[in-house]
Amino acid sequence: MTPADRVRRRAVGSAIVLSVPAVLLLLALFAVPLLRLLALSVEGGSLVAYQRALTNELYLRVIFETFKIAAVVTLLTLALGYPVAYVMATSGRVWQLVGIAFVLLPFWTSILVRTYAWMVMLGRNGVVNRTLIGWGVIDSPLPLLNNLAGVLIGMVHVLLPYMILPVFNAVKKVDPNLVLAAEGLGAPRWRAFLRVTLPLTMNGVAAGVTLVFTLSLGFFITPALLGGGRVVMIANLIEEQVRELLNWAFAGALSAILLALTLAAFWGISRIARTRSA
Amino acid sequence: MAAQEVRDADLRVDGVAKRYGAVVALGGVSLSVAAGEFLTILGPSGSGKTTLLKVVAGFEFPDAGRVTVGGADITDVSPAKRNIGMVFQNYALFPHMSVARNIAFPLQMRGVPKSEIDRRVIQAMALVELQGYGERLPSQLSGGQQQRVALARAVVFDPTLLLLDEPFGALDRKLRESMQLEVRRLQRRLGLTTVFITHDQEEALVLSDRIAVMDGGAIRQIGAPDEIYDRPADDFVAQFIGESNLLVGEIAAPDRVVLDGGTSVTVRGLDGGHGRVRLLVRPEKMAIDSATNRFTGTIVEAVYLGEAHKLRVKVAEGVELLVRGHRAVPTGARVTVGFAPEDAHVIRGAG
Repeated sequence: MTPADRVRRRAVGSAIVLSVPAVLLLLALFAVPLLRLLALSVEGGSLVAYQRALTNELYLRVIFETFKIAAVVTLLTLALGYPVAYVMATSGRVWQLVGIAFVLLPFWTSILVRTYAWMVMLGRNGVVNRTLIGWGVIDSPLPLLNNLAGVLIGMVHVLLPYMILPVFNAVKKVDPNLVLAAEGLGAPRWRAFLRVTLPLTMNGVAAGVTLVFTLSLGFFITPALLGGGRVVMIANLIEEQVRELLNWAFAGALSAILLALTLAAFWGISRIARTRSA
Repeated sequence: MAAQEVRDADLRVDGVAKRYGAVVALGGVSLSVAAGEFLTILGPSGSGKTTLLKVVAGFEFPDAGRVTVGGADITDVSPAKRNIGMVFQNYALFPHMSVARNIAFPLQMRGVPKSEIDRRVIQAMALVELQGYGERLPSQLSGGQQQRVALARAVVFDPTLLLLDEPFGALDRKLRESMQLEVRRLQRRLGLTTVFITHDQEEALVLSDRIAVMDGGAIRQIGAPDEIYDRPADDFVAQFIGESNLLVGEIAAPDRVVLDGGTSVTVRGLDGGHGRVRLLVRPEKMAIDSATNRFTGTIVEAVYLGEAHKLRVKVAEGVELLVRGHRAVPTGARVTVGFAPEDAHVIRGAG
């Protein structure tokens, strides 16, 4: 055994020891309840709950809606987040810190508080509508609350940092000389961006897309409050089954389906990202 | 990339100034590079040489002054429209593109048809002896090969000017020497007007038609390598290029200088006058048991260099002379060293 091997073996050994508490915590608080829930969903050895969830048109529509909302939210956060991340990563140190502070600020506020704040902002008499009417942009209030628009606005706001931070990181890692080289070789700025910066930051985009999409699939509070009962995602359905109908088996089945779909989405996105970067 | 094509793009830099806040990076620099000439800008870090290169490439805009290539003023032209090939210090190869696609990049940006791109990329890879490497990624190449790719990419689109920003720094000594000669051969073959930036004086002497020595945002001297080495304009140039003995003294009579230690020495080409001067004598011009201009001292250091011996001789308190010769003399020995009158270069007016 060479000294390098010994060092490596010791590092692996201490890594195992150090991860024991976290693994125990996850087992006790996540894996065990999850397995219990899955056990409930097949109570009595029957798959009735799954059959119901996957054949009833109503539930299929909720699953489809959930995916559609997650996809739209992901696209919106990407479209809004990439430019912010790019500007942050390419500006000076001070502006970078200011930018990071502003991106992280919402993290320190409860998601519930932020969602209620959006209700104040988006209502018929809310800040947004009053301002737009005051400026004469619109005559009557826009429906921004208790519908899909409200849910999308709220979700995009909550999830934006999960897109900005990985992309910011990726843009920062691009050697500025590469962009200069591209320009020197005859590429106008936008072409240098499309041919060099963008492909080299695709790993950050993939990370952001994965985070935002998978997090969106399980969103609960925002659709519940800003959707006003008219926008139902899987998580809302599960909550309803447990709290109002006490149907643990069906809730368990829906949870298992959500988990499976999330893992599938995760796997799919990382596969696309891998083939693209290869 | 037709080698027979006559290039007549000369580079002129007129009074270019650039400051960053209170720091003057370039204090009104002027120089001209003839068509097909290989000019080296040599200077320590912070001398302004990199800023000057960036101004020529278009990555920095000067506060004052003009840059002209082949008679056309390009001072306000964007880098993309300058048609200048540049090799970066770390090569700046696009890591996500194959060798062939890296080299094709400038041609694609110019809208060259696909078939012509393929032809010219193959031609450029042959020029730098990288046939068969087209599909590799830069990360799969050695440092020397990466450099060749960078070079091919910088010349494939027939640039009017080639800029080299310390391209040999990352290579080991042997590879560096062979790459230097290769770059020089390629540059001659293509007849490219070339500006080369380096802090390595040896590299500058080997490669250049002319050298511009920069310090403090200004050009201290510009001339052929032997001119810079044998007749430096000032102390800075003398000390920056090669090793040197600088002897300070006062003019006593035509061809006669009394050094501060009291020794009187004979030189050539000094037609009298008054004032203080410095005499530059290169270590290889110093000889043991010289017939003229003799100093007696003790060897304080003897280093064997393979092709020569380098000796440090203490001739007075605080005065040491460097001697490069073929005789091995042990440390501690008493010797007499000196130089011939014609081997001292007089720098006038030095303090």
